Amino acid sequence: MRAHLSDRIGAALLMAPLLLFLVLAYAWPFLGVVKWSFTLPTPGLGQYNALLTDQLVQSVFIRTLRIAAIVTIVSVAAAYAITVVWVRGTPVQRVVAEFCILVPFWISVLTRAFGWVALLSNRGLINTWLQAVGFISEPLALVRNEFGVIVGMTHFLIPFAVFPLASSMRSLDDRVLLAARGLGSSRMRTFWSVFVPMTRSGIIGSALIVFVFSLGFFVTPAILGGGRSVMIAELIYLRIFQSPDWGLGAAISVVLVLFVGALMALLFRYIRPKQLV
Amino acid sequence: MQQPGRAAEIKAIGIGKSFGSFRALDDLTLDIGRGEFLTLLGPSGSGKTTFLMILAGFIQPTDGRLYSDGVDITERPAEQRAAGMVFQGYALFPHMSVEANIAFPLKVRKKSAAEIKRRVGEMIERVGLKGHEKKLPSQLSGGQQQRVALARALVFEPGVLLLDEPFSALDKGLRGQMQAEMKRLHQETGTTFVFVTHDQSEALALSSRVAIFNHGKLLQVGAPDEVYDRPDNRFVAEFLGEINMLPLKGVRPADNGSTGLCEDRAISMRCKAEKVRGDAILAIRPEYMSIAREAAAGENGIAATAVASTYLGAATRLDLTTRQGAKVTVSVPNEVAASALSKGNSVWLTWPAEKGFLLPDGGQ
Repeated sequence: MRAHLSDRIGAALLMAPLLLFLVLAYAWPFLGVVKWSFTLPTPGLGQYNALLTDQLVQSVFIRTLRIAAIVTIVSVAAAYAITVVWVRGTPVQRVVAEFCILVPFWISVLTRAFGWVALLSNRGLINTWLQAVGFISEPLALVRNEFGVIVGMTHFLIPFAVFPLASSMRSLDDRVLLAARGLGSSRMRTFWSVFVPMTRSGIIGSALIVFVFSLGFFVTPAILGGGRSVMIAELIYLRIFQSPDWGLGAAISVVLVLFVGALMALLFRYIRPKQLV
Repeated sequence: MQQPGRAAEIKAIGIGKSFGSFRALDDLTLDIGRGEFLTLLGPSGSGKTTFLMILAGFIQPTDGRLYSDGVDITERPAEQRAAGMVFQGYALFPHMSVEANIAFPLKVRKKSAAEIKRRVGEMIERVGLKGHEKKLPSQLSGGQQQRVALARALVFEPGVLLLDEPFSALDKGLRGQMQAEMKRLHQETGTTFVFVTHDQSEALALSSRVAIFNHGKLLQVGAPDEVYDRPDNRFVAEFLGEINMLPLKGVRPADNGSTGLCEDRAISMRCKAEKVRGDAILAIRPEYMSIAREAAAGENGIAATAVASTYLGAATRLDLTTRQGAKVTVSVPNEVAASALSKGNSVWLTWPAEKGFLLPDGGQ
């Protein structure tokens, strides 16, 4: 159905302040970053050329993609389980699930990262307990590595993964599930061959949100990676603020933005934006 | 179908269901015969759908037992009952093609790929969906989706097919077409059909027997003409169609039926005055009554005044009032109406003795 012209003008007016803000606070400064990437320290494509040859930058890119992929899979799977309980559980289960989903939103990302350090470090709670009980003699390396980063990021991102899943599960017609069971399908089979495929758009939306967020993570990898598991955002920070190599930092930023943009464009081609929310 | 599945025989004994303090179904005892087409008819909230869901295994009854071919299935989960079911709104799998939807129950039963292909092909042909195999449900019309739902529910040759208001979303023309189709499928498969509807004409047209529900109780079961012509109570009489009710006094048995007084005239009926004595209600369907200018001897009849006449094309509908103020509606051929009303509105209402039946006076 095509919206009336007046409706569309109304919608455009409602969106205008946000668009204006984004242009002033984001797009305009970003154009400056784009300019740096071509002009610093000398005009030309030197920085992009460096990106193609710089081993460090490439390894950070690959690590970032790997971490983002693992975090996406783990977060969406965990969020799926929580969402099933939240949307379809008994009233008590729903309250517990809702609590688990909402509480993380009230705690800052920094606090949570340090919380994980306290849990996972060599002299943290988990290692101390395991040693006290006698399961292990040497502390496990749980933090200041990729594992710690993945744990922290997954924990942060699960609540974000929940909402697209919840909306797709809520719009699902219960009778279709009844129909599957009435036709002889076990609960397990009904879940895998009917319930999960019917929430496909929610899974895609949720994975997209988590993956894109993961690519730009800064605080969590900086704290839980302890400098040994540097991700792309931290690398940009280092290039801009520590080694004054603004041109390279800017070029990495531009590549990251283009990559995320391409990813979004690709996914939007296959699913309608409204299915994301 | 190669080997027609054996139609199931179902016995429900004292089935009841409460949702909290609400009694959705009360003490229902009903036998559903092998291969019969039984319609559960009633207004919404009458318990008919609850009973269907209990038959399917989606709802556990609070009381009573349910038997299928003599086996107690009261506690058996839905997926092990293998009743075919067609839902209101069809409940097709939106992510599967027509073919995959119909194949689903066979896949679940781990049939070989060759058998699935053959049976799905046969079913698609049978319900007239050839050429639509690869389409998704959202690409089909309402009638086509209905056919997919029927095919999916019948492809595994269930002993019983349960249908929950399957035609409620279809327009009138399509409805008639699908009704005919369902009747044909019933004859071809020989399976027991249990069909829920709130549309009395649909119930009368399709079924071998009709079970009428109200307020969680089963009121009467019988062949369509039986429940229509000889309803047990006022609710059934009124729910199945328009009905005229005249107060009767002094009802007593007589040779060949019973007799009573209506507005001081002796009235005879073929039905027996078993359940009612003294005061009762005489009920007659409008199409069984006629009008004349003069009273004829030995015939059931009372005087009435026509207050409105409506030309309906095939017939004329007359609204009349008797001397004692009872309102009566009749449907008569146009020329009968014209000649009876040619010299004024006072007419004589008549009806054959076998078409009147007795209902208890007052209440249900």
